[in-house]
Amino acid sequence: MSVYHYLTVSAILFALGTYGVLTRRNAIVIFMCIELMLNSVNLTFIALSRHLNSLDGQIFVFFVMTVAAAEAAVGLALMIALFRNRETVDVDQINILKW
Amino acid sequence: METLFFYLVALVAVVSGFLVVRCQSPVNSALALVNTFFCLAVFYVMLYAPFMAAIQVIVYAGAIMVLILFVIMLLNLGTEARKRYTHGVVWSAISSLLVLLLATRFIKLGRVTGAEGEITDFMIKTEGHTELIGKALYTEFLLPFEIASILLLVAIVGAVVLAKKDV
Repeated sequence: MSVYHYLTVSAILFALGTYGVLTRRNAIVIFMCIELMLNSVNLTFIALSRHLNSLDGQIFVFFVMTVAAAEAAVGLALMIALFRNRETVDVDQINILKW
Repeated sequence: METLFFYLVALVAVVSGFLVVRCQSPVNSALALVNTFFCLAVFYVMLYAPFMAAIQVIVYAGAIMVLILFVIMLLNLGTEARKRYTHGVVWSAISSLLVLLLATRFIKLGRVTGAEGEITDFMIKTEGHTELIGKALYTEFLLPFEIASILLLVAIVGAVVLAKKDV
């Protein structure tokens, strides 16, 4: 399989993640769609690092995973704080910062 | 054979990615996302990156998704998801299709070039993928590694502070 096949799959997954982030109202599902986008980028990194016979892309995937873990911890803590205060995680009702 | 397998796994990955976006219940979305992660792990194995596949299964499908499922069930979101669960479908579909078209156009017209490394399949087979990653991580990428550990520490402290009772 050439690298272009993997890049195409990754593009499809990224577009699906974008669609989910833009359409869903549940904040946790938006969060999961962001994870989907991060994973499609990871697939790009690994396919390209295989194509170029290099390990740098895989090291980068390692750091992306670290950041995703940190993001999961902080994001879910935010959602728990939000739910405790507002009784919802619906992003249409969380609009205090909107003007 | 490999081509057939690739298309099968790609189909499963895309369908479960679609289910992440379309499932009404967040728990179903989370399970579909786990399925996508497993498909990506299969891709990583096909790309000669077994360590990354293991990390993908352990960290993503194991740790992060368990955390997300835990929060979904803690907040009991299944009951409030009965109403309308999407907004702005048309414009979002148009813009994400634009993203997809742009990306596939770049892939089709462009040509992948870059600085070639010297990691061969033979090296991965004899030395082992984990050893190669570890060597690179602890020599060339030592500073980013330490920064990542500080980031994780900050994230732990931030999560504890944010999820406390009186915020």
